[in-house]
Amino acid sequence: MNIVVCVKQTVDLQQVRIRKETRQPVLENIPLTLSAIDKNALEEAVRLKDKTGGKVFVVSAGPETLEETIKEALAMGADEAVLVTAAELGDMESATAALLLAGAIKRMEGVDLILLGEGSADNYSGQVGPRLAEILALPQITYVKSMEVDGRKVKAVRSLEDFLEEVEVELPALISVVSEINEPRIPAVTQILRAGRKPKKILKPADLSLKIAEGRSVETLSNLAPVQERRGILFKEGMKELPGLIQALKEEGVGRK
Amino acid sequence: MASVLVFSERASLTFELLGKAKELGGQIGLEVAAAAFTPADAEAYLERGTSRVFYSDQAEVKDFEASTYAQALAQIAQKAGASLILLGSTRRGKELAGRLAQKIRAGCLTDVKSLEWKEGKVIGVRNAFGGATEATQVITTQTQVVALMPRAYEPAPEGDKKGEIVTLPLDLTPSRVKVLKRSEKDTGAADIQGAEVLVCVGKGLARQEDLKMIEELAQAMGALVACTKPLATDLKWLPESRIVGLSGKIGRPRLALCLGISGQVQFAVGIREAKTLMAINTDPNAYIFQITDYGMIADLHQAVPQLTAAMKQAG
Repeated sequence: MNIVVCVKQTVDLQQVRIRKETRQPVLENIPLTLSAIDKNALEEAVRLKDKTGGKVFVVSAGPETLEETIKEALAMGADEAVLVTAAELGDMESATAALLLAGAIKRMEGVDLILLGEGSADNYSGQVGPRLAEILALPQITYVKSMEVDGRKVKAVRSLEDFLEEVEVELPALISVVSEINEPRIPAVTQILRAGRKPKKILKPADLSLKIAEGRSVETLSNLAPVQERRGILFKEGMKELPGLIQALKEEGVGRK
Repeated sequence: MASVLVFSERASLTFELLGKAKELGGQIGLEVAAAAFTPADAEAYLERGTSRVFYSDQAEVKDFEASTYAQALAQIAQKAGASLILLGSTRRGKELAGRLAQKIRAGCLTDVKSLEWKEGKVIGVRNAFGGATEATQVITTQTQVVALMPRAYEPAPEGDKKGEIVTLPLDLTPSRVKVLKRSEKDTGAADIQGAEVLVCVGKGLARQEDLKMIEELAQAMGALVACTKPLATDLKWLPESRIVGLSGKIGRPRLALCLGISGQVQFAVGIREAKTLMAINTDPNAYIFQITDYGMIADLHQAVPQLTAAMKQAG
């Protein structure tokens, strides 16, 4: 079975700080990484491959730095990487990402299953999976927390807000996963060393037979840390001021039924 | 007349979308339309001031499935002359939003917290960078798809019936996804996102045994216990499903009480939406005190038992 895992390069959000005076995020010199939930998708793909055989291809679009970031995916067990890179793909919107991924996947043969995270760590709009499925005319199963493949059939359990939904679909299909599905492996040093020698195909947007719309469908007017409007009452005298806090809690209606 | 088209698979969320659609429709000059797939929903949307409810009871739309519903809504949107499509930002709403937007070549925003008409543009606000920031964004395509978060707006009131139900034949390719069964989620699983009151605990907690008193306080307050990432992933004192913040859940409680938490942005994004925020911490310079309504400089191990006693008394 040939599995494509779509991944996104993002800044390491654990290291993003906010500039207090301007409320802007400080993004300079922050390491780049794979978006967290994409690692769950990759882990699931590698586990499936171990059972059914076949290959895992990691597919991504982004700036040239992507070549370095993708090593982690290869170290985790992907067999090959297919990348669409260009300097201007650093801050790409969902619609463009879906189009480029679709273009790259269309060039590949015998793709049975496309896996990806339910949303990216940075923007978390959850659009790329459904957009990609629509472009490729594939059925989509989103928010999957467990899955199994039996021949050409996939059974998956979707985790929705209020209930679980068990579904079945014939391959090929696109599946997005939630982080609960598994615990992504941490590659060993030997795997990291070997990752550099795995095949990588680098494409340019012009190599793909598709038309990318001029301009953006979504423009960002500002992107700032929100202003916190809080009362800011601080009881500095410690335990003897506990009644004040208890009073505040009571005013919030807790403890009274 | 062009329209703003509203749909959510949850009727209660559709009411909220209708509330916003009526406001925006009035400002922009758009008629309010809605899509419904049961007679009861169609009637309820009419009662809440929808001008035209597009209705279908075809077998293909009996059950929600993203690709089928995307086809249905694309056809309804065309019939309704929709320039703005408002969906609910649930998991189903989001998977529909992306698929529909691609189908009709529209720009799309999901998880939108607020949506306003300003200077001739529909402007949406949503979290970015995992919630560290809020992005203010505008869609530039002719048709716009926006998925609005639950509880972002007040539902449209009943008693404003003036429109009509339009039964629309739809041309749909049936779904290839077969639903085998639906089941309740594990009821033991804590619903951090839906909790009204949260007691959040961080590395200020000295020992795992002390979790017992945190649980007792939470119980007395009618709260759920949540935690920072290190407490679950490093110390493994609580399951990862209890993590609040960038690596976990985003809560929207009425009240959150943070105990022994310094308040880094990676945690703070998970409780920032709380209506009232309180904290107890020994460090007077802890960042948490800059974002709280009520703070107390104290050792949580001393404060918690007394708080629990007081809460029990109040109950």
